[in-house]
Amino acid sequence: MSAELHFHSIAEAAAQLEAKTLSAVELTQAVIARTKAVEPRVRAFLSTDEATALAQAAASDARRAAGHARGPLDGIPVGLKDVIAVKNQPLTAGSRMLANFVSPYDSTAAAKLQQAGAVLWGRLNCDEFAMGSSNENSAFHPTGNPWDVSRVPGGSSGGSAAALAAGEALATLGSDTGGSIRQPAALCGVVGIKPTYGLVSRYGLIAYASSLDQIGPFARTVEDAAIVLRAIAGHDERDSTSFRTEIPDYRAELQTRRGPWKLGLPKEYFGEGLDPEIAAAVERAIAFYKAQGCEIREVSLPHTQYCLDTYYIIATAEASSNLARYDGVRYGHRAKNAKDIVDLYFQSRAEGFGAEVKRRIILGTYVLSSGYYDAFYLRAQKVRTLIRQDFLNAYKEVDALLTPTSPIPAFKLGEKSDPLAMYLCDIYTIGVNLAGLPAISVPCGFTRGNLPIGLQLIGQPFQEASLLALAHSYDRAHDWSSRHPKL
Amino acid sequence: MNYEAVIGLEVHVQIKTRSKVFTRVGAGYGHEPNTLTDPVVLGLPGALPVMNKAALDAIIKAGLLLGCEIAPVCKWDRKNYFYPDSPKNYQISQYDQPICLGGAVEIELPGSARNVMGEHKRIPLTRIHLEEDVGKLNHGATDSLVDYNRAGTPLMEIVSDPAMHTADEAFAYLTSLRATMIYGGISDCDMEKGQLRCDANISIRPVGEKRLGTKVELKNLNSISFVRDGIAHEIKRQIGVLERGGTIVQETRDYDGMTGTSQSLRSKEEAHDYRYFPDPDLMPVVVDVAWKDRIRAECPELPFDKQRRFLAEYQLPYTLTSVLVWDRALADYFEEAAKLAGAGKAQAVGNWITNDLLRELGGARLTVAEARVRPGHIAALVQLVDSGVVLTNAAKEIFVEMFATGDQPGVIAERRGLKAAPTDAGELEQWCRDAIATNAKALAEFKAGKDSAINAFKGPVMKAAKGKANPKLVDETLRRLLAAM
Repeated sequence: MSAELHFHSIAEAAAQLEAKTLSAVELTQAVIARTKAVEPRVRAFLSTDEATALAQAAASDARRAAGHARGPLDGIPVGLKDVIAVKNQPLTAGSRMLANFVSPYDSTAAAKLQQAGAVLWGRLNCDEFAMGSSNENSAFHPTGNPWDVSRVPGGSSGGSAAALAAGEALATLGSDTGGSIRQPAALCGVVGIKPTYGLVSRYGLIAYASSLDQIGPFARTVEDAAIVLRAIAGHDERDSTSFRTEIPDYRAELQTRRGPWKLGLPKEYFGEGLDPEIAAAVERAIAFYKAQGCEIREVSLPHTQYCLDTYYIIATAEASSNLARYDGVRYGHRAKNAKDIVDLYFQSRAEGFGAEVKRRIILGTYVLSSGYYDAFYLRAQKVRTLIRQDFLNAYKEVDALLTPTSPIPAFKLGEKSDPLAMYLCDIYTIGVNLAGLPAISVPCGFTRGNLPIGLQLIGQPFQEASLLALAHSYDRAHDWSSRHPKL
Repeated sequence: MNYEAVIGLEVHVQIKTRSKVFTRVGAGYGHEPNTLTDPVVLGLPGALPVMNKAALDAIIKAGLLLGCEIAPVCKWDRKNYFYPDSPKNYQISQYDQPICLGGAVEIELPGSARNVMGEHKRIPLTRIHLEEDVGKLNHGATDSLVDYNRAGTPLMEIVSDPAMHTADEAFAYLTSLRATMIYGGISDCDMEKGQLRCDANISIRPVGEKRLGTKVELKNLNSISFVRDGIAHEIKRQIGVLERGGTIVQETRDYDGMTGTSQSLRSKEEAHDYRYFPDPDLMPVVVDVAWKDRIRAECPELPFDKQRRFLAEYQLPYTLTSVLVWDRALADYFEEAAKLAGAGKAQAVGNWITNDLLRELGGARLTVAEARVRPGHIAALVQLVDSGVVLTNAAKEIFVEMFATGDQPGVIAERRGLKAAPTDAGELEQWCRDAIATNAKALAEFKAGKDSAINAFKGPVMKAAKGKANPKLVDETLRRLLAAM
């Protein structure tokens, strides 16, 4: 157990709240104080609203006093990536385009967290419109990795991972389109889940690539992640792509699902470009599972080499259309002194969007253009089917796949100026999004330079309960999550 | 040289649903600007569309009424283009898998005279698809304002084959299509409210030529007569261009119905690349047999089918049917009245409805449904006249009062003393004898075989009866007396 309140797990804090040895206001005040202390170095937040958070905490205490506590999240401070809408809170997507935008409505995920009693604490930095792997594409400021603030926290949900690792929240939400939860989770030493496509409603999530985007939790432990995931998952009639499925009590299932599991090691995920220290840490995790009686075998995902290309066609195509609405007409940044409507579009978008967003809009517009659609977009969709089929074939032999989350640990701010080099950060995470599968990144050690390493476990569609149990069996046997960065 | 025009129409019809096509907010016309909006309609960050099933029901109904094949699976695509009336800068539409394929619109061309049925044709359809309507721009002197109330209203696009050749055919097509949509309760098709909008693709070619000429798209044909005038004008314009030795340029032209002129909006080179792709926010729609059957059960008989049945079943003259069948409520009203009146009285019922009822409704600015005169009133009135209880002139008076008060015709006849006199048989016979005795000329003519000579006796009899004698009884009595002479 952590002595410092701001490093409590949800499970620890919930037990104390229930025992009334701790109040939600005390806990929230501790998190606010910690945020004030470390934020000048971490810079994980884009905005905070102390008064609202404390009011929500007080309301939680009042509920509990009246005997109406709502479960393990009641009174727990949770931060949200600034792409997830909360009514009357800023919603910037890390972009100048939405610098002054305040959402008039709640996303389903935020509404569900509030129904579960969570205290919403702050808006978390991210790469602009969730496009990036380092948080350096935020229009406002970069975020530092709490383990070494001269390094990146990963991205695009870098603020969510960094805030949690730094003790500025007890859990956070991010979104994952090509690895945007798992990669920063790995780089910051926390747990991060990308749920099956369709498990968590996307209503109120600023769309980057609609067929790939999923909201998911960051947490200190797999058990905490199970608590948050259960609160936000489930069918939503406002999202046509959300799936009708029963949501089990993931936390309870952690105890009942004990394996042993058959685990597959996709050979394509252990090749060139993998940092040797990460490879060694993952090998130790494999050895752990073997010792637990799991059967480990090599499998092949033969279309892996096409994942990056496929992703950058489909994601940018969808993005080019999704981001068309930011035009300066109804809300968001509007250029001054535009001559006419076309000029207004050009200037507002030229001023409002950053370089990476523009790059992806141009790429996406190109692949959808008449004459290129069949060669790029249509073909990418076919390859996407093959990639998904690779995974489903592997699941005929094994229960889950085990891989590194990121080929490299946290790199220096400004180190990767070549976009292609940056895109390679997501090489092990992108296939999961294209296949729509659930995957989790769990801390599995540190480099000699004391940078966190993440282990990725990839599950079967809507089998989050099994995936969490598999990850939990590793997590509870190791103490990685009890280590905290010195800030 | 003789030219033939080839015309295809793209008609947009707003579907009459309570809420918009991809969200719960209400749909409607004439509200305060930007009040029928929500995060989805305004395209706010994070908002997602969800299909309104009522709009799908309506378009399936339209497809079934027009004999289209209903696709077992259809999907949604994004049509990408920037314009301020489009909140997301893409429109959700259907590109390569529309919900309705094929089908046809039956049309009737003008007959040789008003009372002669014209030629019927079937204009084949290419497709019908569903999409969302856009908002409305209001241009001021120094700025432009956007009203998004209309944005997101369900809109059908009905595309005909290039199979029409005259402005009259296009006019008939639109008239028939509009009636079909109104019949099906799919849309009110009020063109002034933009509920029906029409673009025309027009080309010309020398008669006998099989290949199509270069087409021009004509936009803003915002009334049915503008459609006819605009097309006629465009055909003339194209022939003029060719006859002056010019060539037709593929372009979009804007027709101004007020001045009867058109001008170029954009050429082919300036055409948009809409970058269609499947909308990842929406799932494909599967229309199964049960769904289609449920909608089929709600499909009404179409106007031309009804007209054929009225002609055969009620032996109505063409002119009456062509007034009755185009308004579904009026046709239903007629059928109910005809059934209540009994066999052989359909034409009389039809006459009362198309002459007196429509005249009174027009004067009072009421619809058929609002009329206090119900089909039972008409049937009762027809029976009163037929049985001689009420005479035609009196019946006209009764109708007007019946329309105003909703009272039954028998009650009004009683109250106003408008019943034919309950004639004493002896008195009537005496009046008849007197009439015959004072007109020897007519008597001679009748005896000589001229049947119509009998009418000469009727006037004096009616006069003696102060107009209240039963004409049928007068006729019978005269004939009996004449036969005995």
